[in-house]
Formats: sequence, structure tokens, C-alpha cells
Amino acid sequence: MRVELSVKQVQGDFVKKVEEISGQNLLSCYQCGKCSAGCPMAFAMDILPNQIIRLAQLGLEEEIAKSNTIWICASCYTCAVRCPRGVDLARVMEALRLLTLRKNINYVQPIEIPPETLEGMPQVALVSSFRKLTS
Amino acid sequence: MNLWYYPGCTLKTRAKNAEDSAIVSMAALGIDMVELPRWNCCGTVHSLAGDDLIHHIAPVRDLIRVKEQGGSKVATICSFCYNTLRRADILMRGDAEKRGTINSFMDEEPDYNGEVDVVHLLQVLRDDIGWKAISEKVKLPLEGLKVASYYGCTLLRPAEVAIDNVEKPTVMQDLLRALGATVIEFPFATECCGSYQIVGNVGFALEAAKNILTSALRRGAEAVVLTCPMCDYNLGLAHRELKRQRGDLPDIPTLYFSQLLAIALGLDTEVCHFNLNYIDPQPLLQSKGLIVEGVKVGE
Repeated sequence: MRVELSVKQVQGDFVKKVEEISGQNLLSCYQCGKCSAGCPMAFAMDILPNQIIRLAQLGLEEEIAKSNTIWICASCYTCAVRCPRGVDLARVMEALRLLTLRKNINYVQPIEIPPETLEGMPQVALVSSFRKLTS
Repeated sequence: MNLWYYPGCTLKTRAKNAEDSAIVSMAALGIDMVELPRWNCCGTVHSLAGDDLIHHIAPVRDLIRVKEQGGSKVATICSFCYNTLRRADILMRGDAEKRGTINSFMDEEPDYNGEVDVVHLLQVLRDDIGWKAISEKVKLPLEGLKVASYYGCTLLRPAEVAIDNVEKPTVMQDLLRALGATVIEFPFATECCGSYQIVGNVGFALEAAKNILTSALRRGAEAVVLTCPMCDYNLGLAHRELKRQRGDLPDIPTLYFSQLLAIALGLDTEVCHFNLNYIDPQPLLQSKGLIVEGVKVGE
């Protein structure tokens, strides 16, 4: 991936917002990749979880927005319990999702869920999906 | 002994099989689970954003309900409810500023300052009753039943809410051994089933869930035992998908730990509501002589 880096981006609002919402210090991550190695959903992600952190460190908001990764994350916390640097990656993913969701953009559209899918689906699935993936 | 019990939404509907079998089994073990009055949905997931306090209101309100009753402990059966209530309690205990904001926002309620311990029923079985006492009450040992215990995420992660070792839990295997079952260890016991991604990313979630079932099958398990209605749903769908792709695959039903507890304690298996299981466990249980006649699944 070729990207343009700039001090302006690294020191920009995006990095500050992600750190503020997640409560995490992005620069704690030293890119060991343990999060991606254990991620049960990594097979479906176009950018690996550790790469998302790297992009976030560099303030590359658009690259993150182009990827499906933050929307595939299931907040299972496997990454966070294994991170040797104590980065709560699930919180970083949540912050990145919220930056989109808070613009009133939904990832899951409740109205588009087909009735046959809804049938028999437990409340716990619907409530958590809407909590995580709708604005 | 009375124990305050928080059911949550799904245990009152789709997962009645988990609830009823647990309540009746606990009564047989000398603990009366008393349903919390005026409980509300816990919100199912803990808000991970530092600036989002409003989503902590629901679980904290439930903890206030326990406090109001004079209780100092509340038990859940659903893993999601356990996780959400426990993390809300940890937040309220540990963060004075957020505790102040949340308490003053709910000015119609008494303040909550972390007075209630949130536990999962497996912890009550392990810590308050004990495996020895349970095994002494077993009337119908689950002899010859090969079971894999599947934990999923929310009982174990993040580390501060783990009811057992984060990477290598044994609580469910210990229970199943006390009930006389043959425990099968398998490497996917703590892997995520795909969770709520089953709603918006069904294909990806099913891939994750299928791995869990095929791993348990490869290790020789005949059933997967779990605690979580979300895992149960995802594994049920994954099972249907696997059977569609490979018709020769043996059935591997999922069962709630409480259903096996009720069977082993020799209780009326009507409380197990096998018709709510996604994969009919009755042929397996009959073949092991654990139940006599079955009800038709899907009724």
C-alpha cells in the first residue's frame, strides 16, 4: 500500500479524537501482530487489526474508511487480552466505528433485514448488532 | 438460600431452555433463584467509548434494583448479561468521575457505588456449592456422553471479568466431570462464534462458528455445551449450513450446561425444553439412556 505521510495528519484531529474516545495511547503499539494472529475474524478483513492501528497512528483516516475491518470486528476481546503493550484494541475499533456512526451513517440497516432472518433470531443478537453497528 | 437472579431478554423467550433448567436444578441443589423485580434489558454490550455514558445507565439501573432489594449479589445465566452487568459494576467502582455523572443523571434512583457483586451461575456452582456436593446429588450420571465445553468470549474477556483462566478455563469441564460426562478438550473452546456479526455479516460469522463445530467433531465430541444464547444461535445456524454442505456429517447438538445439570440431577426433563434447541439433542441423549422419550423439536 502506498500512502502519503504528513506531520499534519499525524498531529491532526483524527488521531486526537480516536485517542480521546478510546482512551488508548495509539503509540503504545509496537506492531508485534499478536492481535491479528489471534483475531477470529481476520480471515474476512481486508486490512489486519495491527495494520489498522498503524494507519491510525499515522492519522490515515481515509485508508481506514476504505477498509471493512472495523465493521467485521466482533468485539470478542481476544486481541486486547493478548496485547503485550496493554492496548485495548477493541476500544480503538469502537472509536473508529463511532467516528462514522456519529455522522448518522449506519453499517447495518435494521429495515433491510429480511423477515426470514429475523425469525428465531434471539434479542441478544439484534440488540448487540444495532448497538454496535447503527448510529 | 436465596439468590437474586437477573434473566435478561433472551432467556425469557428463545432461551427458555437455559432458564427453566437452571432454576429447577438450582432449587434441587438448595438455592432458590429469585427473579429481580423491574429488571430491564442490560443493553447486551458494554459501551467501549470513554465519552458515551448513556449506555451504562441500563445495566447500572439493574444493579440499583438489586441494591434496592437489599441484595449484595446477583447471578446471571446469559453470558452477555453477565459481561455487561459486571463491566458496568467495575466502571462504577473504579471511576469516581463517571460514577458521579451517572448517579446524578439518574437523580430519581438511589446512588450506586458498587455494592453488588455480579456473578455467572457457573461461579455459584463452583464457589458456593462445589463440585463434590454437586456430584453427590447426581442421580443419573452422564456416563458415556462425550462433551466439549465451549465458552465463547463474554465469560472470559476482557481479563477483569473472567470467571476462570482467560486462555485455559476449566470451570465447565469440571462441572461436566462432576456430572459424570466424558470431557473432550478442543482448541476452539474460547474462540469467538462471530457474535452479533450474524446479523449484518452472516457469511463471515458462520465461517467462525463452523470452525468451532468442526473442531469439536474432529476431537470426537458428541455435543457442545455452552452458556450463551448468542453462541447457541450462531452454532445452530452453522450446523444447518454444515449439514447442507456435507450431508454425511454427524449431528453435533449444542446444549446449555443447565440442561445437562437437570438431566444428571434426575429432574423432570420437561424443564429442558428440548424443542428450543437448534439441533435436536434427544436422539443422542436417548442413545445414552439419559432421557426416555422425546418431544418433537420445532414445535
